[in-house]
Amino acid sequence: MGVPRAPLPTSPDVPRLWAMLRALLGRWRSSLRLLQPAHVGAERAKISVARLDHQYANKVVALQNVDLNVRSGEFVCLLGPSGCGKSTLLYALAGHVVPTGGSVSIDHKPIQGPGPDRLLMFQEAALFPWLTVRGNITFALAARGVRRAERRERADTYIRRVQLAGFEDALPHQLSGGMKMRASLARALAVDPAVLLMDEPFGSLDAQTRIHMQELLQSIWMRTGKTVVFVTHDVHEALMLGTRVVLMAPRPGRVVRDLEVHLPMPRQPEDAGLNEMVRHVRGLLREVEGRPRAPTLQQAPARAPAPLTLQPRALPGP
Amino acid sequence: MKHHAQKLLLVALLLGLWELVARLGIWSPHLLPGPMTVARSLAAMLADGRLVGATGRSLGRLARAYLMSVALGVPLGLLISRIPFFRNAVKPVVMGLQALPSICWLPLALLWFGLTDGAILFVVVMGSVLAIAIATEDSVNGVDPQLTQVASTLGVRGLRFHFGVLLPAALPGIVTGLKLGWSFAWRALLAGELLFVSGGLGQLLTVGRELMDVPQVMAVMVAIVVIGTAVDRVLFQTVEVRLRRRWGLTVAA
Repeated sequence: MGVPRAPLPTSPDVPRLWAMLRALLGRWRSSLRLLQPAHVGAERAKISVARLDHQYANKVVALQNVDLNVRSGEFVCLLGPSGCGKSTLLYALAGHVVPTGGSVSIDHKPIQGPGPDRLLMFQEAALFPWLTVRGNITFALAARGVRRAERRERADTYIRRVQLAGFEDALPHQLSGGMKMRASLARALAVDPAVLLMDEPFGSLDAQTRIHMQELLQSIWMRTGKTVVFVTHDVHEALMLGTRVVLMAPRPGRVVRDLEVHLPMPRQPEDAGLNEMVRHVRGLLREVEGRPRAPTLQQAPARAPAPLTLQPRALPGP
Repeated sequence: MKHHAQKLLLVALLLGLWELVARLGIWSPHLLPGPMTVARSLAAMLADGRLVGATGRSLGRLARAYLMSVALGVPLGLLISRIPFFRNAVKPVVMGLQALPSICWLPLALLWFGLTDGAILFVVVMGSVLAIAIATEDSVNGVDPQLTQVASTLGVRGLRFHFGVLLPAALPGIVTGLKLGWSFAWRALLAGELLFVSGGLGQLLTVGRELMDVPQVMAVMVAIVVIGTAVDRVLFQTVEVRLRRRWGLTVAA
């Protein structure tokens, strides 16, 4: 600040300031307002997890008092750092892990082991290496009791849907990582489970391929309306795909926030509103991990550890 | 191409050395004939059909015994790896019997089966079935757990799981075990055939010894080496390489 030279600098500045504020407000309106706490009652849920505890044999508490209700047709992303129990929760839904406490049910029936209504997809494509792409799918269909005449046609339909046409007779080791994952996705979709459980399925792919896979999965989800539970530690991926993002925290593994994402679909990976949300959610994650978040304007008074009963907060600082 | 040339060179060198030592006359030519004499004996046996007949009989016997070994050994290995009783109780017995050289079964076999083909078959089966079972168990245990998990989530169970997932996934390892079992069977067969009139390659060896016909003994030995290598190379190598390529375990050459 020096001696004012021109008539008065404030008069042109005020509208500019207003414009900035409006823009900020607008951005808040368009994105963070679309991130709302989810309230799903157990009675409306397709998948219902209540007071779930799980302790591994080595005494590690993987999950503590987890409640989660998933409606039919939702795309739920379980998001959190490693060790927050998100995979354990997914495996409990799949029936591969028997939790030590609490209940997990689907369509109001308790889950006992893997079932035909759910299908788990892994980080690796996990194709049968001795079978062709089509063979992998028809084998899975045969296991589900699909008639022989129908298998091949159904396999080819889903191979086309994941854009693998022309590779029906290729063996898995002849495919690239992204193509293997697409073949795996085709196999999962072909058996037509009501619920698709995905454990960081794109985690081992390069960034470009991952974006392609996300877009592909999104378009397929929009078409089929399957219930999807998707585990990831990638905030951007969670917000790109999910209609709901469940934030989890480690030691002990628990759910800290359950947010609905009301961004319209299909989403673009570079969408400004999406990226605004990503920054916000990264801040939340830093908070639950106990690290200081990016310095905010209103510094909280020195207090004992911030309570983890997280209420939706005001707009965080830039 | 280069390593083939090197191999041939070494063989030629060894043959030359052998011929040289034989011609030096340190030992009686009856006891150490040169390669030319052995080759002549081999040609003679080929010409009068003795070698071909003996080889046919030996390989026929081997094929029967080996098929029995595979039919018993692979399921046994599968059972050991999948069923706790077999793992806890049968496996130690199998491991223990495996320590017994196959020829030790011969006296028992002769008492049980008499001087028949059955005795030799028994020895061959005992010599190879356990190795095959152990190799199968090993490779089934080594199956990628993700494949079994994916099978379970896809609802693949029962027979379809065992024959459609577990066995193919373990197949490269099983084939290696089958190769090992084959070489055990081949050894056991010749050991068995040496001991009594059996009409096989082993008997040709014994006859050679009884007639003091060292060239014949050596010629049969050469034939045994050639047959053994040929089956190993042609049959097993081809199957193994193709399998590993299809399974994506090696980069396609």
